[in-house]
Amino acid sequence: MESMSALQGLLGGVLIGLSATLLMGLLGRVAGISGILSGLVFERGGDRPWRVAFLLGLVSGPGLLMLSGLGWGNVAGDSGAMIGAPASGLTTMLVAGLLVGLGTGLGSGCTSGHGVCGLARLSPRSMAATLVFVLVAMLTVFVARHLLGGSA
Amino acid sequence: MKALAGYLAGLLFGLGLAISGMTDPARVIGFLDVAGDWDPTLVFVLGGAVVTTFIGYRLVWRHQTPLFESRFQLPTRRDLDTRLLGGAALFGIGWGLSGYCPGPAVASLSGLSWPLAAFIVTLIAGWWLARRMNSRH
Repeated sequence: MESMSALQGLLGGVLIGLSATLLMGLLGRVAGISGILSGLVFERGGDRPWRVAFLLGLVSGPGLLMLSGLGWGNVAGDSGAMIGAPASGLTTMLVAGLLVGLGTGLGSGCTSGHGVCGLARLSPRSMAATLVFVLVAMLTVFVARHLLGGSA
Repeated sequence: MKALAGYLAGLLFGLGLAISGMTDPARVIGFLDVAGDWDPTLVFVLGGAVVTTFIGYRLVWRHQTPLFESRFQLPTRRDLDTRLLGGAALFGIGWGLSGYCPGPAVASLSGLSWPLAAFIVTLIAGWWLARRMNSRH
């Protein structure tokens, strides 16, 4: 089953790449989720309609797959599920959300803006940011899981 | 037409996250857990996305302008600064703790749970705080 997971990962990645290509080709914009969504919440102006539509698409993609019952999800250990269970409880999630919001806001991007679009543009800032957030996230999991023995 | 373009791009993105398994925090944390039972799925997702975007962008940039707008809006800065790297580090801690980055968290709304709702509320609070800090800069 592991090769199936890898294949689904690759296929999903290609779809994400097509999404980024479409947004650049039609609207001339980088497909950075943190920028699109924080802009939607905190900015007024001409970008609002397409950002709202993007959000609806982002939520309805997995939603439609769930309703279709096609079973194309790739949740570890549950082939029927589309959305995996949260990794931690409320307190950890409150802290994690704040760090992700603050960090992507200050660092001008997340896994999509820096990781996908930035790397594809060969941007030095995005390469550095991606390297930092992946390594720090790996270190965080190491500390939480192996040193402290938590559930994260 | 612009809204339709936004919807299609969002839909493809959401489908990609769900099919690849990135809407499962366990898979993401499995990739980040290099000292444990390592899950390589995210490498295939990122690889597929970056290569497709790399090729797609170059095809698209052969045109003078995007189809529905007058110009391409691309970040122009190339320098590294503390704000970029410090922000990336804070994001990395939150990502490692939760297994959620913004896309998968929001794409998982149809499987809403209290921990996910809590994450999204403070995610937006974090964006607000960052905007205040950036505007004082």
